Order: sequence, then C-alpha cells, then structure tokens
Amino acid sequence: MTVEPRPPRPTDPVPAFEAARREMNRRRRQQNLLFAAIFLSAIIASLYVGEVRLGVLLEGLPNLLDYIRQTMPELHRASLPQDLASWYWALPRWLGLLGDTVVMAFTGTLLGAIGGFVLCFPASRNLAPNATVHFACRRLLEFARTVPELVSALVFVYAFGIGPLAGVLAIALHTVGALGKLFAEVNENADEHSLQGVRAAGGNWLQAIRFAIVPQVLPNFLSYALLRFEINVRAASVIGFVGAGGIGQELLLVIRQFIYPDISAIVLLIILAVSVIDISCERLRHGVIGKEALI
Amino acid sequence: MNVEALPIDGHDLQALRRAYPQVFARPRGTRFRRAAILLGIALFVVFCFWRIGFFDLARFIAGLGRLGLILGLMVPPTPAGALLEMVNGIFETLAMALLGTTIAALAAVPIGMLAAKNVIPGWLLHFSLRRALDGIRGIDALIWALIFVHVVGLGPFAGILALAVSDTGTLSKLYAEAIENVNPKPIEGLRATGANRLQVMRFAILPQVFPVMLSNALYFFESNTRSATILGIVGAGGIGLQLSDRIRLNAWDEAAFIILIILATVTLIDLLSARIQRRFIVSAGRRG
Repeated sequence: MTVEPRPPRPTDPVPAFEAARREMNRRRRQQNLLFAAIFLSAIIASLYVGEVRLGVLLEGLPNLLDYIRQTMPELHRASLPQDLASWYWALPRWLGLLGDTVVMAFTGTLLGAIGGFVLCFPASRNLAPNATVHFACRRLLEFARTVPELVSALVFVYAFGIGPLAGVLAIALHTVGALGKLFAEVNENADEHSLQGVRAAGGNWLQAIRFAIVPQVLPNFLSYALLRFEINVRAASVIGFVGAGGIGQELLLVIRQFIYPDISAIVLLIILAVSVIDISCERLRHGVIGKEALI
Repeated sequence: MNVEALPIDGHDLQALRRAYPQVFARPRGTRFRRAAILLGIALFVVFCFWRIGFFDLARFIAGLGRLGLILGLMVPPTPAGALLEMVNGIFETLAMALLGTTIAALAAVPIGMLAAKNVIPGWLLHFSLRRALDGIRGIDALIWALIFVHVVGLGPFAGILALAVSDTGTLSKLYAEAIENVNPKPIEGLRATGANRLQVMRFAILPQVFPVMLSNALYFFESNTRSATILGIVGAGGIGLQLSDRIRLNAWDEAAFIILIILATVTLIDLLSARIQRRFIVSAGRRG
C-alpha cells in the first residue's frame, strides 16, 4: 500500500486560521448583539405593556412589609401555648381541608396516571399500531397538557358544581397529558430486543406490550407518577381559588376578608404539607429507581 | 459452556417443591404482607373516590350532561368583536412571563451563589437560605399573585412580581445546585495563581454554570407563559381575567376562542424556546 504525498499547501495555514477565527468571532459577536437588541426591545415593550411603574412598587413596598407584618401572629413567651392555640384556632378544620387537598392530588394523579398509561403506548413511535393513531394520541396528550389546570377547573366547576370533584377532574386531565408524554418517551427508550422476541414468538400487540415493554418501563412510570403527585399537591392547594375544593378555597376566603393571622397560619400549613410530601416522595422514588437498578 | 437441561418428571418436581418451598412460592409472611398492603391501598383509593364524590352517581352524570352542553356551546369559537382586547391580553401575559423570568433569573444569580456550599463556607447562611428558598417554593405563584394584588393593585404588575418571587425561589435553588456541581479543577487552578474570591467566581465558576443558568431561565420562561395565562383569574393581569369573565358570563364560544389563543401562544413559545435552546445555549455550552 502506498501513501500518496500530501498536496502542497496553497498558503501558510496560520494566517488563514487566524482570519477564519476572526471572522467567526465577528459573526458570533454580531449574532450576540442581535440577540441582545431583540431581548432588550422585548423587555422595554414588556415594561410598557406590563404597566410596570417603579413608583407604584416603591409606594407599595411598605405596604408589602406591612402586610407581612400584619400576618405575623402575636406570640409572647409567657403565653405561648394560648397564643399558638388562638393562631391556629381552626386547626382541625384546616387539617381536614389539607387532607382533602392531598386526597384530591392523589386521586387526580391516580386517574391521570391510568389515562396516561392507556394513551402512552399508541403515542410512542416504536409501539404505535399505525401513523394515524400515533398522531391522534400525540395531539390529544398535547391538548390535555397545554390547557392550564385552573382553566379546566373553571369549566368543571361550572359543570359539576363547587367542590373537589371538579378539581380532581381538572388535575386528572392535566396529568394525563403530562404523564402520557413522559411515559411515551420512556417507551421509546425501552430495549427493543424483548419486543422483537415476543413478536417473533407470535405475540400480538397487547401481549408484546404486556410482556416486553411494561416490565421494563414500570419503575420509571412509577417514579414519574410520584414526581407528578408532588406537583399536583401544589396545584391542588390553589385549585380551590376557583371553587374546586381543598384548602385553597379557605385561603382565598381569608385573604379576601383580610383575616391576617389566618393567612400566615394556612400558608405555613401548606408549606409544611408540601415539604413533608416532597421529602417522603423523594425517598419512595429513590426506592423505586434503586429497585430498577437491581433488575 | 453449555448447560444441559435435566429431564424432570412430575414426581421429581413434587419432591423439589416439598424440599424447597421458598423457591416455588414466596413465603407466607411475605405473601400476607403484600396482600395487606394491596388491600390497604385499595381501601384508601375507595375512600378517596368516596371523599371526592365520584360515588354520587346522579350528580356525576348530571355534571357530564352539563359538560356536554358547555362543549356544545363552545362550538364554534368566536372572538365576538373583542379580538383586539384578547390580543392585548395575550401580549400582557407574554410581557408578564418575560419580565417575571428576567427578574428572577437575575436575582437568582447572587442568591444562588450565596446558597452554594462551595462558595460560602460555613453551614449557617447556606442552611437558612436554603430553607427560606424552600418556603418560597412551597407557595404557588397564584398565592403570591393574590398577595401582590393587595400591594400594588390589580393589573399585570402584580403578576410580574408574583412570578418573579416564586421563580427566584426555584431558580436560586437550581443555580446553587449547578454551582455545587462544577468541576473543581479550574477553581484550584485559579486559586493557585493567586486569584481572589471574586476572580474565582468570574473565571472558574461562571463559565461552567452560565449555560445551565441560561437554559433553566429559558425553561422557566416557557412554564411562566403557561402560569401567566391563569394569574388573571385572581386579578393579576393577562388573558386569564378575560377568560374567567367570559366563563362567569356563560359566553362559552368566546371562552373557547380564548382557550385556543392560549394554546396557540403556548405552542408558539415552546417552539421558539426550543430553537433558541438549540442555537444559543448549545454554542454557549460548547464555549464553556
């Protein structure tokens, strides 16, 4: 084997390289400047459209501090138990509402996960029976994901009346879209060999999914569903603002009626509940993923 | 190495089953515990469904009927002469998302640095800042919006502040984590040349975390566009106010039109942000 001699270089490479680099830098600077200009004009337009007035903010800032100060309960060292008791005067009712909120999040996540589970298989590229079904399921999931929970909650409150049912349905609808998409992505990354194996053995579509895909993806599905549950607890805490049940309804009431100490009491309860659920879900998630790693 | 299957007949199998029961079935204790857990979950689910009101079938079916009626009234969606007002609302929404995200992204840089373990030695500041950020994150943007409506009055400004505050909590945490995960080698290198703390920050940490920060900020702009569409429901500006008004007035065809505008805008912003992500952040990442 002979190696052909390299053709002679037309020019010295170093200046050519330097020129190319300068050109590249110049183009990059231009691009960055363009981006900065677009960004700045968008910000200025937004300042105008968004009715931002620093005067209002500066005027309002003492109001904010005042507001926060007023929500603080009066706690004295001498009478701490009584003060705490009067701060959390409606604790049993609030705990009940908080429980309702968690139940709403749980039920919504469960229904949404079931819906997402059913829709995710036809919505994943490698499993869809045909292009039409794939396209239709994708769009359906996209729609369910894009409509904000509060908007569907408004509609559901009108249909099903005030109460947690509307909130659960709204959360479930959104969760179908969000989880269905994530589930479909997990399916698309699943190992294809087992799928081919089941198909080669004569398994039909349902059997292929049941025996080749589901065992692989279930731990990931579970982990995503738990993550969604955390998100849904936050959502359920405010969905009551439109009358869809849970602690949000009570919070809206006390904010609207300026019952200051109750605001801080309820907000603290919500923060506490959300943190406890976050922490326990994180534990559970690590357990689930750990199991998957063992398999 | 080949393993040949031993011929096993029914008699052998029974003998094996007797000799090693735990191989053929889970021990009774485990089975019992599993059944108890499953039963507990099932009971809890039934309780939840009862509590939510799914078992009130008459009400549920009546609701489904009303929902069908509403969906029927939504077709065809029409702007009913309020197109200009709606477009204005959607621009207000976008402005709220952009300003809220920008303020949060800027504020989160110094706060994130203070909350990073490898920047600030000593646990007290770092720990208390982290807990404060957790608290801010625990409160939904909608609650912040309600509070800010009381401070600066009705309108988009309250929404901007709500988004800015609630995102500052989340972005600071993400930035702090990004800073904690940087490669320590460049930091050591700069320290070895005698750089001070600020110089280490600028030349060793910032180039590594900048792409992460930018990409997170972009993602939050996307999600804030969604959030900003609903902040109007509590009076904090944007398209949400018009939507909730239409629903209260039973103008379902106009409400459907607004929902369509929201869907189109959110999709557009998603596409735009994906393009910026590809063009800008990938190149920034390569540089860093």
